Amino acid sequence: MNSAEPASGSTGAGRRRPARPGGLPLARFLARRLVAAALLCVGITLVAFVLTQLVPGDPAAANLGQRAIGDPAAVAAFRAKYGLDKPVPVQYLTYLGNVLQGNFGMSQQSHRPVAQDLAEYVPATIELALFAIVLSLLVGVALGVVAAVNRDRWPDQVLRVVSLGGVSMPTFWVALVAFYLLFFKFGLLPGGGRLDPGMNPPPYATGFYTIDAALAGEWDVLSSAAGHLVLPSLVLAVYTVGMLMRFTRASVLEILGNDYVRAARAKGLPERVVILRHVLRPAMVAIITVAGVAFGSLLSGAVLVENIFSWPGLGQYAYRSAVNLDLPGIMGVSIVVAAVYILINLLVDLLYGVIDPRIRLT
Amino acid sequence: MGALLEVEDLTVWLATRRGPRMAVDGLSFQVGSGEIFGIAGESGSGKTMTAMALLGLLPHAARTSGKAVFEGRDLLSMSARQLRAVRGRRIAMVSQDPSTSLHPMLSIETQLTEHMRHHLGLGRSEARGRAVELLATVRIPDPEQALGAHAAQFSGGMRQRIAIAVALACEPRLLLADEPTTALDVTVQAGILRLLHRLRAERELAVVVITHDLGVLSAVADRICVMYGGRTAEVGPRENVLTRPRHPYTRGLLDALPHPEGGAAALRPIPGSPPSLGEVPEGCPFHPRCGYAVPDCRTERPAPVLVEPGHASACPPDPLGGIA
Amino acid sequence: MTASDSPAARSRRDPAARSPWRQPLALVGAAFIVLWVLVALLAPLLAPQGPLDQLSPKLLEPSAQHLFGTDELGRDVLSRVIYGSQVSLPLAFLLVAFAAVIGSVVGGIAGFFGGWVDGALMRLADLVFAFPGIILAMAVAAALGPQLRNAVLAVVVVSWPSYARLVRGLVLSARNSEYVVASRLLGSSAVRTMLVDLRPNIAGPVLVMAALDVGNAVLLLSGLSFLGLGAQPPAAEWGAMVAAGAANFDRWWVGLFPGLCILTVVLAFNFVGDTLRDALDPRTARAIRG
Repeated sequence: MNSAEPASGSTGAGRRRPARPGGLPLARFLARRLVAAALLCVGITLVAFVLTQLVPGDPAAANLGQRAIGDPAAVAAFRAKYGLDKPVPVQYLTYLGNVLQGNFGMSQQSHRPVAQDLAEYVPATIELALFAIVLSLLVGVALGVVAAVNRDRWPDQVLRVVSLGGVSMPTFWVALVAFYLLFFKFGLLPGGGRLDPGMNPPPYATGFYTIDAALAGEWDVLSSAAGHLVLPSLVLAVYTVGMLMRFTRASVLEILGNDYVRAARAKGLPERVVILRHVLRPAMVAIITVAGVAFGSLLSGAVLVENIFSWPGLGQYAYRSAVNLDLPGIMGVSIVVAAVYILINLLVDLLYGVIDPRIRLT
Repeated sequence: MGALLEVEDLTVWLATRRGPRMAVDGLSFQVGSGEIFGIAGESGSGKTMTAMALLGLLPHAARTSGKAVFEGRDLLSMSARQLRAVRGRRIAMVSQDPSTSLHPMLSIETQLTEHMRHHLGLGRSEARGRAVELLATVRIPDPEQALGAHAAQFSGGMRQRIAIAVALACEPRLLLADEPTTALDVTVQAGILRLLHRLRAERELAVVVITHDLGVLSAVADRICVMYGGRTAEVGPRENVLTRPRHPYTRGLLDALPHPEGGAAALRPIPGSPPSLGEVPEGCPFHPRCGYAVPDCRTERPAPVLVEPGHASACPPDPLGGIA
Repeated sequence: MTASDSPAARSRRDPAARSPWRQPLALVGAAFIVLWVLVALLAPLLAPQGPLDQLSPKLLEPSAQHLFGTDELGRDVLSRVIYGSQVSLPLAFLLVAFAAVIGSVVGGIAGFFGGWVDGALMRLADLVFAFPGIILAMAVAAALGPQLRNAVLAVVVVSWPSYARLVRGLVLSARNSEYVVASRLLGSSAVRTMLVDLRPNIAGPVLVMAALDVGNAVLLLSGLSFLGLGAQPPAAEWGAMVAAGAANFDRWWVGLFPGLCILTVVLAFNFVGDTLRDALDPRTARAIRG
């Protein structure tokens, strides 16, 4: 659970650190990780599939009405339509083949292709999570640095409580409280949805309303979309800020003990420059690793809060698929989430190379 | 030649869990402009803490007393801001291990130019031009290309040359070199020492070389201070200290050096080990390990006294006085 | 947290001050844990009403009679919150215990036997890691049916791999240490070596991880209940009560108090766990992180 729901902002670094390749050029290193990622994706489809096979519930029962379930012909037709009458391994291989062609099957709940559903819902969640991760990185890293340079003094003690508080808050409850105070009670921020009521979404290009609105030059839509992102992303960031703070503090402290920091101070540079240029950069290697994990936990958080903010995203879709035993839906969500996760990890690897020239050069 | 740096009664306390402990105890010395001054001692003798005190880089909880007058101003009573204006600009530091003291992720250009631009207000291209000159001065082949490289791409000796170039960038008057050759191969050591020697001559740069190795000092130092337990054991011109040592500890250090004609048999280590922080014994700090100790050594804390012009020793019984 | 190795940091690190039970945070955390355990044990004595009693008008504001107000069915929120501790606390302990035991056994086997066994088990752990916890737990809980028991199972499913990783690492590093090699030379069997000689070195870190994990377990479990995949109505479970609060979001007291309960419990365990981790030596602390 530590890694799936990282504890106290400290999971994952130990796991990812050894990824630094000894004398492997970045391109080959990335290629190797890409292959591993692809295998992981296949593995995940398998897990998702096995999981759905364990289901004692009958999807036909869950999706056909009360009346239809008593009609054997209707049940058989349902099973045949979704391939549920074939042997299990065949079902899996068929599914895998389809997935590779971008076909996730038909959702038994929305009666539309899952791929089409996902194309609509996934960008909403990703947009939210990206907004939240940027916010978390800005706040979390800054506060973590403050805690580290004030080690064991009062700002550090206070920030420790703050960060532990952040990772201890139930996200869904923070959402409720924030929604009540900031929207309902004081009306400071827009409440639910991605846009003001009555506003039409911008023409679809990326699915990110902010970007699509900017591309189309619809500035009122852009400002509405951005405004609607604030509240949910603030709520989601509570947990990840706590996590990133704690981790930033630890890795900055580790870096501060290095000779090269003393050497930078001996050059008479202002402390600000020493911290920002000489300390934060090496500390970022560990921090972006955690940021990757944090992104995963933002996706988890999104599942919990999307309902409260009427955010038409992956979380709501996943929830509806899960309670309706919509197998193609669940598997589609799982694969997309895993793929996003893997993509983020690849991005993190790439960033290592940008931050640390030793990876680029050796 | 007036003294560039005049350290008087420097005392450094470090905070430990059992309260403050003295790491440097009443140290006094002068360094003249263009002089190479050696400070020798085993680990824990307080030599590194002396350098850190001069730069104002002691750990947060450390306290100092005494004076360290540099170019007419007392470093120990300066504000953090004033110290930053001196550090890197007037006094620079070269530390022991260039593989850890050069930043692994910043380019050589950044590391060479950032303090030039900060202290001297140089523009990017100006600073770059001077960086190329500096690298040429310390004999880095192909300086232009070296600027874009990173520390990991150089050998240990080259890295130390770069570290010295970084230290020299703002044309400081005083260079504090803490074990500048310890982490290097013997063959490379000589090159670094020759470089320091040449720089002193070319730039009238004063250098304080801090080392545990009297052999290093015999090659470059004009004067040598031998420290033990945070105090001066002996201080004087190189010739006098190395050939006519008056303190038994200096004698011990010299006997522990390998000698070209002596072979392995001649090596005589000093028995025992140096005191750790806060456990410096009463009286002469060296008395438990000293073969010449007399009862007074256990109670009297000796201060250095002149034994000949410019040469002082903190050993009142002076057992080596007759031998020399 | 990894301590820096600068001399300055070393000289300032005080073993006495690092003792976890002298840290105010750990004390506050421990006090809250004890308090909540007492509340859970004494719930019938403390609660003014039963958790399911619908004795009052609906959605009353907090008052002297109903300190935390009443919910949408006219039940006393304070009483429900008190009884809620009887659901969340034991289940959190139980599932962390399950996850720790399962994970430790899997990790121990992987570390001790190595080879393809290790490879297979660790790839499985990687797979679980690649999912954000709640989505996997949601899939599992949904697959098994929305019930509290199944939610617990789901959380166990996503929780064990971190223990497996930790124990595997500890076993690998201990396996080659001198005393284990020595005891094998003396003729101890592999299993005996593992149980007798390695256990003391592994139990400590696993317990610290478990302490840190209780908070997460409470969060995940109440999250599933919030989604309707855990405790079912009318059970007094904190996450489900927050969900009721979300349905009546204009009546702030319905959701606020159960959420505060989750927060204080999780915070208490995180205070203790975090201090314990600081007290561990840096290498083990690093292992627990990932």
